[in-house]
Amino acid sequence: MTRRIAVVSAGLSNPSSTRMLADRLASATVGELRERGIEATVDVIELRDLAHDITNNLLAGFAPPALEDALNRVVSADGLIAVTPIFSTSYSGLFKSFIDVIDPDALAGMPVLIGANAGTARHSLAIDYAIRPLFAYLHAEPVPTGVFAASSDWGAQADDVKPLASRIERGARELAESIARREQQEVLDPFDPDAFLGEGRSFGHLLGGLASD
Amino acid sequence: MSSQMQFGIFSVSDITRDPTTGETPSEAQRIRDIVTIAKHVEEVGLDVFALGEHHNPPFFSSSPTTTLAYIGAQTERLILSTATTLITTNDPVKIAEDYAMLQHLTGGRVDLVMGRGNTGPVYPWFGQDIRQGLPLAIENYALLRELWEKDVVDWEGKFRSPLQGFTSTPRPLDGVAPFVWHGSIRTPEIAEQAAYYGDGFFANNIFWPKEHYQRLITLYRQRYAHYGHGTPEQAIVGLGGQAFMAKNSQDAVAAFRPYFDNAPVYGHGPSLEEFQELTPLTVGSPQQVVDRYAAMREHYGDYQRQLFLLDHAGLPLKTVLEQIDLLGTEVVPVLRRELAQNRPAEVPDAPTHAARVAAVYGDGPAREARPTSAGGNNLTVGGPYQDTPVAVAVTSGSAFGVAATRTGAAR
Repeated sequence: MTRRIAVVSAGLSNPSSTRMLADRLASATVGELRERGIEATVDVIELRDLAHDITNNLLAGFAPPALEDALNRVVSADGLIAVTPIFSTSYSGLFKSFIDVIDPDALAGMPVLIGANAGTARHSLAIDYAIRPLFAYLHAEPVPTGVFAASSDWGAQADDVKPLASRIERGARELAESIARREQQEVLDPFDPDAFLGEGRSFGHLLGGLASD
Repeated sequence: MSSQMQFGIFSVSDITRDPTTGETPSEAQRIRDIVTIAKHVEEVGLDVFALGEHHNPPFFSSSPTTTLAYIGAQTERLILSTATTLITTNDPVKIAEDYAMLQHLTGGRVDLVMGRGNTGPVYPWFGQDIRQGLPLAIENYALLRELWEKDVVDWEGKFRSPLQGFTSTPRPLDGVAPFVWHGSIRTPEIAEQAAYYGDGFFANNIFWPKEHYQRLITLYRQRYAHYGHGTPEQAIVGLGGQAFMAKNSQDAVAAFRPYFDNAPVYGHGPSLEEFQELTPLTVGSPQQVVDRYAAMREHYGDYQRQLFLLDHAGLPLKTVLEQIDLLGTEVVPVLRRELAQNRPAEVPDAPTHAARVAAVYGDGPAREARPTSAGGNNLTVGGPYQDTPVAVAVTSGSAFGVAATRTGAAR
């Protein structure tokens, strides 16, 4: 039974430390799932490549094909790894704009591992005061550990009591457990009458009292 | 006169600054212009003029039936329609009255497209809650149907004060209510609603890729058959569209680009080229427009009505009239021919009042509603019209809601 993990990376530079963190989180999660006998594939979505499409979606109200494809891959995934740089105390504007073009109900119940990066560890609580409430609002299920990487985590002056690798492992383990627990989602076609009327029901039910037909 | 397909234009009634001159027309000017535009639609041989409804600047069309009646008085064949009528925030009683009135004044040249509107504050302005948009659309329309179909209505619902023994006047012309289309760009329940009643479904087909509308129209056709109104191919479909033309396609692109780039809805977003690729907007020669719209039935099936958005985004009157000329002389005659080819015989013609009257009465006389002397007392003295079946008047009850299941209540 193969699962699919969507990875959203909102880094702006190339190479980007946001993407580096995203890739570490993804491969650690795949490894944790494999230990539980679950194969997983990974879809990486680089928001930089979609930045114009995202803006066009905000302005024109529909997603151009590449963005439509990315949105479908996110909302139909078994788990989501969402990684953003911290800009001015919060997720980046591009990251939020992408979230804003997702159907607000589409992430309900989705296991999410939150990652973030910034120049120094002084920004690390942004995960819990800014990003976590966003996913709570969307009724997603972010795992308790969020993984923050400061620039120093990638080299000298790294945290050697709780190094980045152990934090990644802990977050990945929690996400893997959450994905493993979650039953595979059946994607309901919103244009199937059973989906919008309720199974076996008719327009008469929408009218209220009359339920005869 | 019956025709397989009806062609025309629909206007959202925006008053927009012309980006090439910096001029913004006054309300008075734009309202005079819309009458000129509608009359020209008839002059070039098109069939339909449809007008939007908005309750905020920069739009002028807060009172569509006033405008449509004035246009109706100055035209002879033109079908007057809406794009859209707000079924959510208008009182269904007033819609029933206004459009039956317009039917009488124009000899039945009226139909409506129901919509929920896209301006959030309209709901609270009219005392409603946008979160109830869909339930409002469903309940209000159910009442509207009843008001048109029954001389005497007892009704109780969630959103409007109850009615006891109410008669909506005037009765629909010839006893046949205006044809109704339901418009939606994303809501399957509205396609379901259209199918349930055997009404038409209108996809505005302007702003989004065709796949969005395809799903809704496919659903509508399937459910139309499910509710027993005919085959999926017999469902009544209308489409919007958008074009800007010049003899030479490069001239069309150059002339339209500043209007596109600054248009209120999609300006400063996708490029004109991207938008043309992703949506039905076609900017080019009349032949390009013919090719694009002759192919619409491949995506949606054979259909009954095609409307174009031409007067918007600050385009000056002269340009709009030229566009209507091109549409009427070089595009629509070819489309009529091409879309008639291989059109299965079972696909119905576009709806007209005359055809709908004939379907009800055959060659017999249509209803002429003549009031009785009951003076509006529908509760105790027979019916309000000489031909109101007394049994109907006495036992008429709500078709749904609390009143439908209530027994022993005062009639």
